Amino acid sequence: MSRLEDALAARRFVVTAELLTVNAGGLEAVRERFAPYEDWVDAVNATDNTSAHAHASPLAVSIALKQLGVEPVMQLTCRDRNRIALEAEIAGAGLHGIENICCLTGDDVTAGDEPEARRVFDLDSIQLLALGASMAQGTYLSGRKLDPAPHLFLGAVENPGAPPYDYRVERALKKVRAGARFLQLQVSFEPQRLAAFMSEAVRTRLAEQVALIPSICLVRSPGALRYIDEHVPGITVPQELIERCERGPDPEHECFDVACELAEHARSLPGVAGLHLISFRREAGIARLCQRLEIPTRAEREMSGYRRPVAV
Amino acid sequence: MAGPNGALAALEYAVKKPIWGCQMCGQCVLHSTGMTCPMNCPKTLRNGPCGGVRPDGTCEVKPEMRCVWVKAVERAPKTPWAHEINDLRPPVDNRLWGTSSWRNFFTKRDRLTPKGWRVSA
Repeated sequence: MSRLEDALAARRFVVTAELLTVNAGGLEAVRERFAPYEDWVDAVNATDNTSAHAHASPLAVSIALKQLGVEPVMQLTCRDRNRIALEAEIAGAGLHGIENICCLTGDDVTAGDEPEARRVFDLDSIQLLALGASMAQGTYLSGRKLDPAPHLFLGAVENPGAPPYDYRVERALKKVRAGARFLQLQVSFEPQRLAAFMSEAVRTRLAEQVALIPSICLVRSPGALRYIDEHVPGITVPQELIERCERGPDPEHECFDVACELAEHARSLPGVAGLHLISFRREAGIARLCQRLEIPTRAEREMSGYRRPVAV
Repeated sequence: MAGPNGALAALEYAVKKPIWGCQMCGQCVLHSTGMTCPMNCPKTLRNGPCGGVRPDGTCEVKPEMRCVWVKAVERAPKTPWAHEINDLRPPVDNRLWGTSSWRNFFTKRDRLTPKGWRVSA
């Protein structure tokens, strides 16, 4: 059982983080990316060609994380691989004892720096989850045996901040039927959207069936917020928020305050199982946010059984 | 998108292309998705909208187009098959492109799934 699965099963509050993309530099390059927040996280996401830009593959980075003693969450998108290649990645993960797999549709190729590439989307994220669930039961999609079956802890992403808003919880329930055990929710700078999603998730019992983990994004400048608003598909940053950061005496400090407030709000919502933290810089922001929110380190959480602050 | 293969497929294409933008996937799910063809989604998503839908309900890839799933979710409740929108649709069988989905429906060919596909709709 993965550490993430174990923590969630024990209903401990979890913290995951997104590893900055890696292109070169060996294990040391991987280590320096998670070192500032290593003590706080249960697991670290190895991304899959984020925003359709090529980087070291999620399986390669997941293996590196494991070698360095950090538990990986391997992200897998449907954009660049057909079903055979996806099965190969999942089997490869199983071979290396990588259990946490986060299944995504993926940004379109037009979001990246090689928009002329062929988009694949042979499966969608829900079909990918079902494929992973099938492999965890010991068969490829064809029915061919996979022996021994890999132990997998499957998850996905849902976006409370994109239309059709009222349908997002239903879609999340569908992901659960397909095999998702955790959902890392897309970054939202609109607390009311996350709150609406979570209250519907509690009402429909989604929150009991799957661990819901909202994402918080740390940035250092109002310009970065504006960039996210304009260029990252599916994320809206309210104008007032950007202006507040611009007007503040210290914009960098103001941006950090905003992230802390959003994290505090997300954590307070009934049904939230943990936080997923994303920072685009190699710095101590993630650790500082955890300290500001008085989230104990992973070792302390494991010892004290630090629970989700609000019970469902 | 594949060209229609055979007379029945050509007839089907002639009817469905102008109204629904039929792509001839040969395994039509139009009725269960609010009479909105999911194969018009640039990512050909058959199980719901991706996370990139713009705030005004348009497509991440083609801003001039409304997301097919935003339309599907709006329209499905008005159809007799409202509950089917949440069906868990299996992966597309890529051998069926260009064939008639009408024929594949009557022969049940369109409901044939791989052995390792374990979830029910």
